[in-house]
Amino acid sequence: MIICLKINYHMSIDLKTVKHISKLSRISIDDQKANKLEKDLNAIFKWIEQLNELNTDNVEPLTSIAETTLRFRKDQIETKNIREDVLKNSPKDNKDYFVVPKVVE
Amino acid sequence: MTNLIDLTLNDLVNKVKSKEISSKEITTAYIDRSKQSKKLNTYVEETFDSAIKSSEKFDTNPDFKKKLPGIPLAVKDLFCTKNVKTTASSKILENFIPSYESTVTENLWNEGAILIGKLNCDEFAMGSSNETSHFGNVISPIDDNLVPGGSSGGSASALAAKLTPATIGTDTGGSIRQPASFTGTVGLKPTYGSCSRYGIVAFASSLDQAGPMTKDVKDCALLLEVMSSFDPKDSTSINFKRPNYSSNLNKYIKGKKIGIPKEYRVDGMPFEIEKLWEKGKNYLKDCGAEIIDISLPHTNYALPTYYIVAPAEASSNLARYDGVKYGFRAEGENLIDMYEKTRSQGFGDEVKRRIMIGTYVLSSGYYDAYYLKAQKVRKLIKNDFDNAFNKVDAILTPSTPSSAFKVGDKKDDPVSMYLNDIFTVPVNLAGLPGISIPAGLDKNNYPLGLQIIGKPFDEQGILNIAYSMEEKINFKLKTNDWWIK
Repeated sequence: MIICLKINYHMSIDLKTVKHISKLSRISIDDQKANKLEKDLNAIFKWIEQLNELNTDNVEPLTSIAETTLRFRKDQIETKNIREDVLKNSPKDNKDYFVVPKVVE
Repeated sequence: MTNLIDLTLNDLVNKVKSKEISSKEITTAYIDRSKQSKKLNTYVEETFDSAIKSSEKFDTNPDFKKKLPGIPLAVKDLFCTKNVKTTASSKILENFIPSYESTVTENLWNEGAILIGKLNCDEFAMGSSNETSHFGNVISPIDDNLVPGGSSGGSASALAAKLTPATIGTDTGGSIRQPASFTGTVGLKPTYGSCSRYGIVAFASSLDQAGPMTKDVKDCALLLEVMSSFDPKDSTSINFKRPNYSSNLNKYIKGKKIGIPKEYRVDGMPFEIEKLWEKGKNYLKDCGAEIIDISLPHTNYALPTYYIVAPAEASSNLARYDGVKYGFRAEGENLIDMYEKTRSQGFGDEVKRRIMIGTYVLSSGYYDAYYLKAQKVRKLIKNDFDNAFNKVDAILTPSTPSSAFKVGDKKDDPVSMYLNDIFTVPVNLAGLPGISIPAGLDKNNYPLGLQIIGKPFDEQGILNIAYSMEEKINFKLKTNDWWIK
């Protein structure tokens, strides 16, 4: 595990990785954009990696600034009859459903 | 009679209450000036006609008990406003009309304020110069072709140009305080959990806070008082007793201990900012405060930490923009193709870059190395502040490492753009309140700000310190209306 992390720290982001990230992000990019992103992301991650100067072995990660447990609320419906409101901004018009390209053949 | 647009928010409120002026007179004055100020590109949506109607309605049946009686306000276009287009300055939301109201804006309208329009900002609040907006750059009234800062750049510019008597912004890493500093105005980011995030287009949920942007500190206290509330609709809203910030505002800061963190003396910081900071210390001493040198040892690591945490949260928050339920959709051959084309065409370059950074640091095999590491360093940064606040009541720093720059100057170098927020980002990471107040001018006559950072929930403390300093600094914002033809 530790060895694996060390390899990650010094690995630069190649074009293949950029295209993989774009796939994961559901953002299509052309080759020109991919080349630019490769350059930008490498510069940013080179700068980010200064965090590795710090030893954080015994530090608890900070996951929430408020440090309180989440409140419970009553399980009850607060808004009713908002179907029209919910569908109002849908990019494809249909008064009953959200319409998407065919998913199941 | 003095020109209405030169008055502070408090002055306007008082004049309405004493029936010296009507809501319609004020609303008309700000709308007229806004119409003459298109060159600054501050508005993305104008609600002038409905505002005039609302002001007439107020004048017919005025309620002088309200805190913002009939006062016109333009707000950052990151706040959802019911039946008024809300875009986050993104193409992907260019036609989005919310069917609900954000809690913070609801609080404003409940106290009598009237919406006059939605203000430009960086796309999804990602930027420090308002150059990432789908609707174009905002220009600062301070000088032609000068950026107003960001992401609340439209808010800062509209306020400084007197197109709105006060405004509200959001601050994830400095997006209220940095543009306030660049435009010679006052901006406050409250403690995390103070102002509800409900109905604000989400960027990085553990960092986002809404806050007031005003002409002076007294206005800031009033607007914060109206904005801040406990809200069950925001699961991280904190239920604490909110003081009456405006009536508790005072200049008694004798004996207050103010920390000066040595790590904020960064390489390459202009001498004039160093000098300004020194002046700030002297003003505080004159007010009877005690200056204490402190150390925040992990300061240098705050920005890289931020650029893991914020994009990670953003990549998750912005996953909802898929072209299905609302917003822009590009047609595709199948569902996945539709998603990919929609997001590719709907988001701008900076937003795409941050989504991709976030996706990468959260992806399998990299989570521990980047995201978990950043959360641990975030803890160290918070510990620094906790330790400092054992010794001091508040901390004084410059707001930014430089004054405003020209449009295009930093656009092609993301890291150099990110460095703008070096003094503001640690405050968001630790969830603390911070205020930027105008404190002087640089060699080009561009405004410079000082930041006061407080303990959690001590907005009153930093407001009082700011109020005391404001009197000593006696900053006067001067613009010669060059953009009005």
